[in-house]
Amino acid sequence: MISTLLINYEEAVAIILFGIGFTMLLFHRNLVKKLIGMNIMDTGTFLFLASMGYINGRKAPIIVNGVQSTEAYINPVPAGLVLTGIVVSVSVTAIMLSLTIRLYKRYHTLNLDDIYEMSKSEMEDR
Amino acid sequence: MSSRFHKWLTGDYDVMEKVYDIAEARDMTREQMKKKNKEAKEKLDRRREVQRAAQARTRGFYHIYIGIAIVSCITLVGVLLFCIANLPRYGVENPRTVEVVKRYVEKGLEETGAVNVVAGLILDYRAFDTLGESHVLFTALVCVMVLLRLDQKNMTSRDEDYYLITSDKYYRINQDPIIRTVCFVLLPGILIFGIYILLNGQNGPGGGFSGGTVMGTALIIFAEAFGWKTVDKFFSKKRLMIITFISLGFYAFAKGYVFFTGSNHMENIIPKGTPGAILSGGLILPLDIAVGMVVACTMFGFYSLFMRGTIGGND
Repeated sequence: MISTLLINYEEAVAIILFGIGFTMLLFHRNLVKKLIGMNIMDTGTFLFLASMGYINGRKAPIIVNGVQSTEAYINPVPAGLVLTGIVVSVSVTAIMLSLTIRLYKRYHTLNLDDIYEMSKSEMEDR
Repeated sequence: MSSRFHKWLTGDYDVMEKVYDIAEARDMTREQMKKKNKEAKEKLDRRREVQRAAQARTRGFYHIYIGIAIVSCITLVGVLLFCIANLPRYGVENPRTVEVVKRYVEKGLEETGAVNVVAGLILDYRAFDTLGESHVLFTALVCVMVLLRLDQKNMTSRDEDYYLITSDKYYRINQDPIIRTVCFVLLPGILIFGIYILLNGQNGPGGGFSGGTVMGTALIIFAEAFGWKTVDKFFSKKRLMIITFISLGFYAFAKGYVFFTGSNHMENIIPKGTPGAILSGGLILPLDIAVGMVVACTMFGFYSLFMRGTIGGND
């Protein structure tokens, strides 16, 4: 397994990045750090897609000098998928950052546990 | 600066507290100020105590949670690495994916008229996917507007002061001749570079998303260097909405029309042009421009909303 992982090293690095992001999501209580972890997860996904489309010794799929054979270019499909992923990542990051700002304005802290405790006590006061 | 950021991230420093202090310090004597600071400190200490008690209560649960989290993270990474080890070799063509790629690469130039195969892919073969992406961006902008926009109805005095600091006072304090001169020289170049990327999406790397982002960045730099008031004169919220609506509507209408009249590329009424020229690729160039407008407006809108809670000043 280790030798095949060394051959597929780019995909392995992408998975490790994904794992780092997932771990950050689970272990940090700070909302901004959770967001950073999610962005690292996104990066891992993009790297995985881009490396799946890559073929050794071939060029980007822009037709030059009328060469129109599949042997000359890499796979163009993952590029389109990565574009979709980047747009969704930007949108999700923006929405989550604005939610964080609203929470911070109300509770003056970024710690998710503290926010939960404070909101619970607020509910009890009501 | 970095240490203050670190303090804020770890929860020892509150950015908003200082802002509020400035707001309330105007009509307050020194004694009142001291008393208020003491009260605030006591309140903070009490809050910390409550937090510590809550942490002590949930400690047992937290240990279980940490254990489950470690196990699930290691399992996830292990399973995924096992899958990676069984994938086809990196950098070698996978015969199972070739069929679709063959059609895109070999017929793409005739069918879409775009030299850049990826542009033909995302704006012709899979154009509705890109329409969905633009709508995702627009929806995100609307969500951020709902969450962060400050107008006369929901603005408290604290928010008002914060808002003022990030718009007018801030600008007057930071009126830097070096930044203004550098931006004066660089901005036309940045804008022209953005337009170049936007218009050459079908001939090379680029297209609506990247070009739109560069143009939005140019707008942001303009606002930061020459003041938000200058931008507000020509870029209001209403105008942003009109531009976005026209772009998205044009995209949906044009692509829908071509989809219903020229489906399967039997007979397309829009000429393809010479491959490699700017006016080529049929609908790809107008669609690129529409997407670029949406992206530029969204980027500027995000920045403006995060920076000062409004687009285009008081409305």
